[in-house]
Amino acid sequence: LRLLAFLVLLSPVSGFSEERRSGYEFMSRETRAMQDDDAANPGMFWVLDGEALFRRRESSSKSACMDCHSDLKGVAARYPARDAESGRPMNLEQRINACRTERMKEKPFAYESRELLSLTAFIAKQSRGMPIEVGKSEAGEAHYRQRQGQLNLSCAQCHDERWDRKLAGTPVAQGHPTGYPIYRLEWQGLGSLQRRLRNCLSGMRAELYPFGAPELVELEQYLMWRARGMKIESPAVRP
Amino acid sequence: MSRRAIVTVPKQAKRGEVIEVKTLAQHVMETGFRRTQFGEEIPRDIIRTFVCTYNGEEVFRMELHPAIAANPLIAFSLVASESGTLEFRWSGDNGYAVTEKTEITVV
Repeated sequence: LRLLAFLVLLSPVSGFSEERRSGYEFMSRETRAMQDDDAANPGMFWVLDGEALFRRRESSSKSACMDCHSDLKGVAARYPARDAESGRPMNLEQRINACRTERMKEKPFAYESRELLSLTAFIAKQSRGMPIEVGKSEAGEAHYRQRQGQLNLSCAQCHDERWDRKLAGTPVAQGHPTGYPIYRLEWQGLGSLQRRLRNCLSGMRAELYPFGAPELVELEQYLMWRARGMKIESPAVRP
Repeated sequence: MSRRAIVTVPKQAKRGEVIEVKTLAQHVMETGFRRTQFGEEIPRDIIRTFVCTYNGEEVFRMELHPAIAANPLIAFSLVASESGTLEFRWSGDNGYAVTEKTEITVV
């Protein structure tokens, strides 16, 4: 069945157009309903946990996020962004960890840990409905167009040229990261854009970059630039 | 891990009106059939029962099994008969127990 799906996917290219669609528009009515209602969206559990973490103080001598930050509206719509010191792009998770290590003198949270996902979800939700404004990453675009892996595929071949065609029965979306971190039904939990990118790379049988690798962050930045102007949906629900 | 539950019930309803009750409980619903990458069994950890009472009277009960997804969303309808309290109780493996209450006014 997988093979058949691939054959369908690789059949001649149809209409690539400038029309941009969020992954939301490729979902079933039921999955959309989960995302539309905060009382049915399990991603909200991470948002609530994130809010508690944001206010938490380990001891009276330690600082909490809320000592410096109150309103983080719009922040998630601007990441990844170039870090002034290193000149490299930094995603929201890395920004949170940099704040923890440099300013709070705490240990960084592990990638995909409950804590880091919760804080990211809490911050990202504050940008819900705001347009994405991220600068272009040239390195990210090169990576996006580079054929890789045993299947010798590039991201662009599916997400620019073959979106809305079927892969294993479900439509291929355009790959706009509008709702991260997402609650993915397949994962039964919340996950970051990097986790999703690694899923795609593994499907292409390509090298999996480790979490936080500059290649992944550049690709994230390119994808966000590609989705510029689209509205943040975090925490989105995806199938 | 925190134990949260989100319950949605209309604040007010007409007598005899059919209302929708929606509940979402935070739970991993670990099946007990999975193994780690080192081959060790991951023990089962699921919600076993969910009960809703309306002014003390049981109006909805559900048994949950390993095939039910994480963070189960349970929605059902009720006839709003009188003002009072709706109580929701989830209980399960490893001493999991969560209670939520909401008030409803019937006019």
